[in-house]
Amino acid sequence: MSGLLTREQMAWRAAQDIPDGAYVNLGIGIPVLAANYIVEGREVCIHSENGIVGMGPTASEAEAGRDLVDASGNMVTLRIGAALFDSASSFVMITGGHLDMTLLGAFQVAANGDLANWDMMRPERGPLVGGAMDLAAGAKSVRVIMEHVTREGLPRLVETCGYPLTAKGVVERIYTNMAVIDVTPEGFVAREIAPGLGLEELAAKTGAPLIAAPDCGVLSPPALS
Amino acid sequence: MIDKRVATAADAVAGIRDGARLMISGFQEAGMPRALLDAVLDTGVRNLTIIAVGIGSVGSRIYALIEAGRVAKVISSSARGRGQALTPFEKLWTAGKIELELVPQGTLVERIRAGGAGFPAYYTPVGVGTKLAEGKETREFDGREYVMETALKADMTLLRADRADRWGNLRYLGTQANFGHAMTTAATVTVAEVREIAADGAIAPGDVHTSGIFVNRVIELADLR
Repeated sequence: MSGLLTREQMAWRAAQDIPDGAYVNLGIGIPVLAANYIVEGREVCIHSENGIVGMGPTASEAEAGRDLVDASGNMVTLRIGAALFDSASSFVMITGGHLDMTLLGAFQVAANGDLANWDMMRPERGPLVGGAMDLAAGAKSVRVIMEHVTREGLPRLVETCGYPLTAKGVVERIYTNMAVIDVTPEGFVAREIAPGLGLEELAAKTGAPLIAAPDCGVLSPPALS
Repeated sequence: MIDKRVATAADAVAGIRDGARLMISGFQEAGMPRALLDAVLDTGVRNLTIIAVGIGSVGSRIYALIEAGRVAKVISSSARGRGQALTPFEKLWTAGKIELELVPQGTLVERIRAGGAGFPAYYTPVGVGTKLAEGKETREFDGREYVMETALKADMTLLRADRADRWGNLRYLGTQANFGHAMTTAATVTVAEVREIAADGAIAPGDVHTSGIFVNRVIELADLR
């Protein structure tokens, strides 16, 4: 199983699909790491839902100041050409279809593109939905980065989501530590599979029917720290 | 003469009553009116409804109000703490002693904006088919399903900005605007704490972020981080 991708490699793979000129929102966790792997020569504007387009890397207090933060509260820098605005404008960008892509974490994705990524079903913790439903309903392309199976080894790609839904039928593509998988009218289609992993083994770890694309390739990211 | 400056934090929050609906700006560290929230605590007012993007950020003065038993209901997109330990809100909520209305982040700000703009409700694609839309009216436009969300208004809005003038015009620093700008429009009384109250004319008309038409009181207060 040494061919499985690390978190950084999953983010790297997703970043390869972000085109030049794109406006993207990167979710908390693995998705935000994709900012480190934007393909050289492409200019990508990163949107943060608390009111930034053109966000740069995290920064020290001296560089950023405590009033310039991302949606997680990290102090951040701005790229040249960035803009700051209020939350109402920020969500006009999201729900109005002005974002080219969002990369989100998830608990489960169903074969019809249903997304479950907000309610972890722990009744003792206060609920948190944040901007997940807005991003899932509004971005032009909704993509997910997540481990292929749970810690217990159960599939996260499923026939029907068991967790409460974030949005119905929105996910286009899933980047896991085992494969790149598209959600199509025919169900899950593997585009790339990690080295050393066969389609049958991958299908066994997937909770809904999985077919391989005719040109299905090897998912081979570079070694990343 | 118009002069919206007030002398003390107590004057700034004067008139707040038991049962008041209170909008509070602030996204993580930025825009949170900490000194005004301390002043609200000092009034002893009870049975508040708090409307805020999140209540879980570190050092949140909202927790102080909740721990003191002053809050009956929270309307928010995030009510979860970050660490393993349960937050003051989570302890009361799981015990059934505080009410929560969980709202997607963009829906929350747009409901506030609608309240400020004089619209009673609007339709959104966000949340359709999820449990946060259960029981709400839905309607189809051009083949897509939308859910009706109702406007939010408040008795008082509290926010922090960087600069103000005596007319109540505001300028924000970094990501301070977040929910504050929409909230200024949706409350009977809007109060801004600022780093600096500028001399007449020192904020150029084109540099104003929030017009003083929405702001009733301004006060220069140190940011209580």
